[in-house]
Amino acid sequence: MSEHNYQPKSKFGKWFNDRLPLLTLANHLTDYPTPKNLNYWWTFGGILTFCLITQIITGLVLAMHYIAHADLAFSSVEHIMRDVNYGWLIRYIHANGASMFFLAVYIHIFRSLFYGSYKSPREIIWILGIMIYLLMMAAAFMGYVLPWGQMSFWGATVITNLFSAIPLVGESITTWLWGGYSVDNPTLTRFFTLHYLIPFLILGLVVLHIWALHVPGNNNPIGIDIKKPSKDTVSFHPYIVVKDLFALLLFLILFAFFVFYSPNVLGHADNYIEANPLVTPAHIVPEWYLLPFYAILRSIPDKLMGVIAMLSAILILAALPWLDTSKIRSAVFRPLYKQFYWILVLDVLILGYVGAMPAEGLYLLIARIGTAYYFAHFLIILPILGKVEKTLPLPMSISEPILGGSLNAEPARSKENYQKL
Amino acid sequence: MLKFVKYFSLIFFLISGNIVSSAENAEKLLTTDWTFKGPFGKFDRASLQRGYQVYQEVCASCHSLKYMSYRNLSEEGGPEFSVQEAKAIAANFEILDGPNPEGEMFTRPARLSDKFAMPYANEEEAKSANGGAYPPDMSVLVKARKGGADYVYSVLLGYEDPPVGMKLDDGVHYNKYMYGNKIKMPAPLSEGLVEYADGTSATEQQMAKDVVSFLMWTAEPHLEQRHKIGFRAIVYLIILSILVYFSMKKIWSRIETEV
Repeated sequence: MSEHNYQPKSKFGKWFNDRLPLLTLANHLTDYPTPKNLNYWWTFGGILTFCLITQIITGLVLAMHYIAHADLAFSSVEHIMRDVNYGWLIRYIHANGASMFFLAVYIHIFRSLFYGSYKSPREIIWILGIMIYLLMMAAAFMGYVLPWGQMSFWGATVITNLFSAIPLVGESITTWLWGGYSVDNPTLTRFFTLHYLIPFLILGLVVLHIWALHVPGNNNPIGIDIKKPSKDTVSFHPYIVVKDLFALLLFLILFAFFVFYSPNVLGHADNYIEANPLVTPAHIVPEWYLLPFYAILRSIPDKLMGVIAMLSAILILAALPWLDTSKIRSAVFRPLYKQFYWILVLDVLILGYVGAMPAEGLYLLIARIGTAYYFAHFLIILPILGKVEKTLPLPMSISEPILGGSLNAEPARSKENYQKL
Repeated sequence: MLKFVKYFSLIFFLISGNIVSSAENAEKLLTTDWTFKGPFGKFDRASLQRGYQVYQEVCASCHSLKYMSYRNLSEEGGPEFSVQEAKAIAANFEILDGPNPEGEMFTRPARLSDKFAMPYANEEEAKSANGGAYPPDMSVLVKARKGGADYVYSVLLGYEDPPVGMKLDDGVHYNKYMYGNKIKMPAPLSEGLVEYADGTSATEQQMAKDVVSFLMWTAEPHLEQRHKIGFRAIVYLIILSILVYFSMKKIWSRIETEV
């Protein structure tokens, strides 16, 4: 790879590139050496970029027709669904696009957890990712408020009320957020403004996320450091581009299934009832992608502690590179971690399930156990595991599955085994 | 590759499974052979036209359809009345318009571009005429209830005598499928309530089916177009993924790694 001494061929190209090295950047992006053993779980970065751009474009079109006013928001959405040319398509893509975005981001995060992608030297990439995830949740929550249906209104009421748990200043902060003494028109207009702003903040963070990625390069399923460029790498274009494209198309089939055949199945029926401050819905539930955190919030009897637990559940992820004491990245070589990893996946799914159920009886008990285990995984299991776990021997490189780095070397695995990792 | 697809479908089923289980209702809902369900689902024009008749003759005295315009009745994918028929339907209704150059409001016959006439001037009037209960606008009603078309169909047919020991206030009726089983709306349908022009016999089931189909259309006026485009989009995506798959195989064959 000739990134540093890249020279454009044409005279104009050289003149331009000396003043603004865009061509050098393009050359870096296409030549970027990528581990050749990346599996399909690594295609979700590209899928997420696609999701963000789709949300921004469809969102821009919706904003041209949407009216951010408590009296008009609901009917402007119906106007989009009925009278705007292909308005129903744009809105269903945007609404289901949010769910698809979160589905992809969860796979992306859990891929990182499995293969230890958050570990040194990739801590900054990971923390930028957590910031993107936080902003995504904020954007999704505010976006759900905009149609001004019953679930919009009451979801906004429940979530903004959480701030009132802050001692002393809580009530004032909530009033400040609302722009009044309850969720009302001022709340809607500011949520619309912020919902419009946040995607561009996310876009900026995504640029940093990719920039930070291009410093150490991708982690890989074996999780070992590799020489770049070498026999172990392929150039990003065309190898990774075509593979990402293929995965994106499969993802789009699922996306299209929701948009065209079940556009409302991920939403809540109550949100087709216009917001009514005098009628509270029987169950107020957030969108599916926030349910695990909602379960954690409700599992704590004290409101303030519940809010702290919910926030910690997300922020604890930022400390993960230091909580996980194991030097081995990939779970492939960590037999114990691998089991705890799947227990964590199950735990989060269970939390998501009980988050959708009323917080009482057995559901509440399960939510409490699930919450306790969630924190135990990060605060107790991971730090200890890194110290006591007997890991499997690592191969020397991707191309040559020769084991090294450990004296009690197992017989070398067959080449096919590594390629399947 | 296969492993990826396996996990991917697992996640897919987990999500959809969750949805299905959360959609369970205490009382099993009634259903019928809806023509609009499924990837190729379409509306039955005759049923929508009959459904409009039921809405107009039975429901419209209390329930509004405020997001619908008379022009929608002749648009593609709906009941598809002819433009003349839709104009004639609209002309039956009086719409408040104005002010005129003298500054006075006046009424005139509705035109295609007008929204459906409202049964009441405002919510307060609607409430006072209905014992304090507000008859909800029905434009998106089918999407606004868990269970959708089946739920509305069941409520229409779910009137029964209350179970022994249950005391109902005046003007409250027992309904097997309504949330909480109490409903202020008296049973709206009875055998032969409307006379269908096409000779279809107006049983309760038939009227309920027709009017719910009609309401499904008012809630999702572009449903047919959505199904049609969706089928094409998915076929297109499948063909494109096959082509890209083989391109990928070809490109990756340059190096010794399986993709």
